[in-house]
Amino acid sequence: MHAQPVSFDLASTPLREVNTFLHRQLTEGDQRRFEVHNPDGAHNIAVGLDQPVTVEIHGHAGYYAAGMNKKATVVVHGSAGTGVAENMMSGTVHVKGFASNGAGASAHGGLLVIDGDAGLRCGISLKGGDIVVGGSVGSFSAFMAQAGRMVICGDAGDALGDSLYEAVIYIRGTPRSLGADAQFEPMTDADYQTVDELLKRAGMQHDPKSFKRVASARGLYHWNADANQEY
Amino acid sequence: MCGIVGLLVKKPELKQQLGQLMVPMLIGMTERGPDSAGLAVFAEPLKGAARKLSLYSGLTEDGADFNWHGLTHALKEHLSVDSQIEVKHNHAVLTFDVSPDLVKKWLHEHHPRLHILSTGQTIDLYKDIGTPAEVAERYDFAELTGSHLVGHTRMATESAVTPDRAHPFTAGEDFCLVHNGSLSNPYGVRRMLEPHGIHFDTDNDTEAACRFLEWRLREGDDLETALQKGFEELDGFFTFLMGTPDKLALIRDPFACKPAVVAETDDYVAIASEFRSLAHLPDVKHANVFEPAPEEMYVWNA
Repeated sequence: MHAQPVSFDLASTPLREVNTFLHRQLTEGDQRRFEVHNPDGAHNIAVGLDQPVTVEIHGHAGYYAAGMNKKATVVVHGSAGTGVAENMMSGTVHVKGFASNGAGASAHGGLLVIDGDAGLRCGISLKGGDIVVGGSVGSFSAFMAQAGRMVICGDAGDALGDSLYEAVIYIRGTPRSLGADAQFEPMTDADYQTVDELLKRAGMQHDPKSFKRVASARGLYHWNADANQEY
Repeated sequence: MCGIVGLLVKKPELKQQLGQLMVPMLIGMTERGPDSAGLAVFAEPLKGAARKLSLYSGLTEDGADFNWHGLTHALKEHLSVDSQIEVKHNHAVLTFDVSPDLVKKWLHEHHPRLHILSTGQTIDLYKDIGTPAEVAERYDFAELTGSHLVGHTRMATESAVTPDRAHPFTAGEDFCLVHNGSLSNPYGVRRMLEPHGIHFDTDNDTEAACRFLEWRLREGDDLETALQKGFEELDGFFTFLMGTPDKLALIRDPFACKPAVVAETDDYVAIASEFRSLAHLPDVKHANVFEPAPEEMYVWNA
């Protein structure tokens, strides 16, 4: 292993070259640590990685940073635009600042950590990934989330967990409202363990006892002709 | 899609650099809006009864060869109005000391194809079709000075690509608005406003929002009250950025469907659809960068 990470400067190197380099097949002895400087809000930085490399982005990333991530660790030392880590399969994506809308949308696996706030629709259609947000999340977060876990250390906007399937949300603060079919449920020992584990992996310190569980009431799973479209 | 940018400088010495700081912001939004661009700049107000109109001759038969000085002579001859004119190709700022309604009525009658971009004591407005870089070059945006400005790059979705349908839109005096998004009830808003004697220049959805908010302000609402009524009446997707002689204001729809990001330092407040347009600003690495929340009002004073 080389001592110093390989450094890319997006002020002088086209992003496509950087992503192509990150996508090449690794062989024994290849450098696995990379830095990206002057991201300046560019879209699609470090998308589609599928090998165990570490990419540190120094500055604010634009849309879809680390999208479709697999196996890699991507750290954004700044904020991330719309759709950070969308459709992640595995690996870790860590945003040190805030994230915009749709963070971790439809992630199948891996861990997304956002130290600051996340925008609207965080974890929409989550399919098995884990998301830990140090701040608050915007409205419609975890909408139709199917599997996976979401830990929210702050508050949530409107309609948290609307039309939830089997994903579970743990929230420390207060949602402005719960979505259709989402309900608070008692925390079990397994839930406390889950929160503890996810907080530790995210490097955040809170008492798991201060979190509440939100999950699906499963009332939408079956058509109810008597409900008059009211759920 | 469209791009919006706004810049307000907090230190008097930066007023000279307003245009220079803004041009890369506007060009940074080219991918979001390559078909037209424009901006409104707010500078020192004219004194007394003086008013100015920003005019666009690109839709007239003569285009950029429009006889601007003939226009000032004709105003003198027909209306006994003394006026000064500053010309940049197909654009001119006409300044005079009488009621702007008198001059505008005359212009509508004698030069119906001459487009009135803005009216007021502080606002100058430029907009045209072309890439943001082309439009900025055409009108020397880098040379503009003032305390704050509002800019836009357009990718048309709701009406044709023409100079008069580019943004910013204006209504009344010293008020402008740019829009990223699409309204779903612009015709309802128009039908509500037209009986109040409010006339529309185009079929563009943004013009409905602009004229609605200016109407509320003219009816005596303060900016915050007018914006609250905007949330109630305007349906659709929007990030709106508005300019008045002493304020920039920003609102986003409840679903935050269209982006916005703000960078604030001791020297400036800069607003853009995306951080890409803020990345070049001085000391932006130490700026307070944040995303404005949906359904909140953000108002910055010049």
